[in-house]
Amino acid sequence: MSLTTFLFYFFEAIAALSAIALIFVRNVFYGALLLIMCLLALAAIYILAFAEFIAVTQILVYVGGILVVIIFGIMLTTKIAGKAMIVEHGYGFSGTLAGISFLVVLVYSLFQQSFPENNIPLIQSDFNSINTIGINLMSDFLLPFEVAGVLLLIALIGSAVLASSIKSNKI
Amino acid sequence: MFPIEHFLYLGALLFSVGLIVVITKKNMIMVLLGIELMLNASNLNLIAFNQLHTNSVNGQMFALFVIIVAVCEAAVGLAIVIQVYKYYQTSVPGEVNELNE
Repeated sequence: MSLTTFLFYFFEAIAALSAIALIFVRNVFYGALLLIMCLLALAAIYILAFAEFIAVTQILVYVGGILVVIIFGIMLTTKIAGKAMIVEHGYGFSGTLAGISFLVVLVYSLFQQSFPENNIPLIQSDFNSINTIGINLMSDFLLPFEVAGVLLLIALIGSAVLASSIKSNKI
Repeated sequence: MFPIEHFLYLGALLFSVGLIVVITKKNMIMVLLGIELMLNASNLNLIAFNQLHTNSVNGQMFALFVIIVAVCEAAVGLAIVIQVYKYYQTSVPGEVNELNE
């Protein structure tokens, strides 16, 4: 077993285990940290799947952006002098039933399916995915790119308005 | 390089775990974490299937836009959670059960 194969299954195991631990954890802060671990392992898997740009974006946006915002949210929504941030569990049976039955359906359909052999060589000499992504963003995907920019602006203004504490009679 | 099924099994597991977290946790921020996990499972599938097409990055482009939409969803969702917490003094979704004071 080569080193890359070992790394691939190692990071898959980390992602799977930290995701499963997210079910059982009762502290919101530990949950956010487990999600960070899962997302970092996924970024490593993306690199092994030849998606370097997506991996860097994943680290920058998810781990650097979303998780920081989520930790801010955790700190803002807990009582300062209160107890630790313990999360109650509810609907345990129905939730587990829904998740496990969905997993069984997915895995069963994956067993039925036969996928073509993934025979990309480990080293691709003449193909630069970041270069191609840049060209695609400015040619084929120009309209989604612009729409995504507008969507980000709307989300920025909207969340700033929603989270502001200024009293207004109009809203 | 690696068999495509192994990516897809991990994606299926992550999606199911996200579904369980969304349903069972009684905290709005935990529900948001579960939604992020489900979005990442879909991203993993997009990147796995992208490997089947050599010299093409269409799957990676889709994954990029999924990440952008996830950012917007997290920002607006957390703003709503904070406002709801200020008003109701709780972050349990089941306890938010009135529209007006």
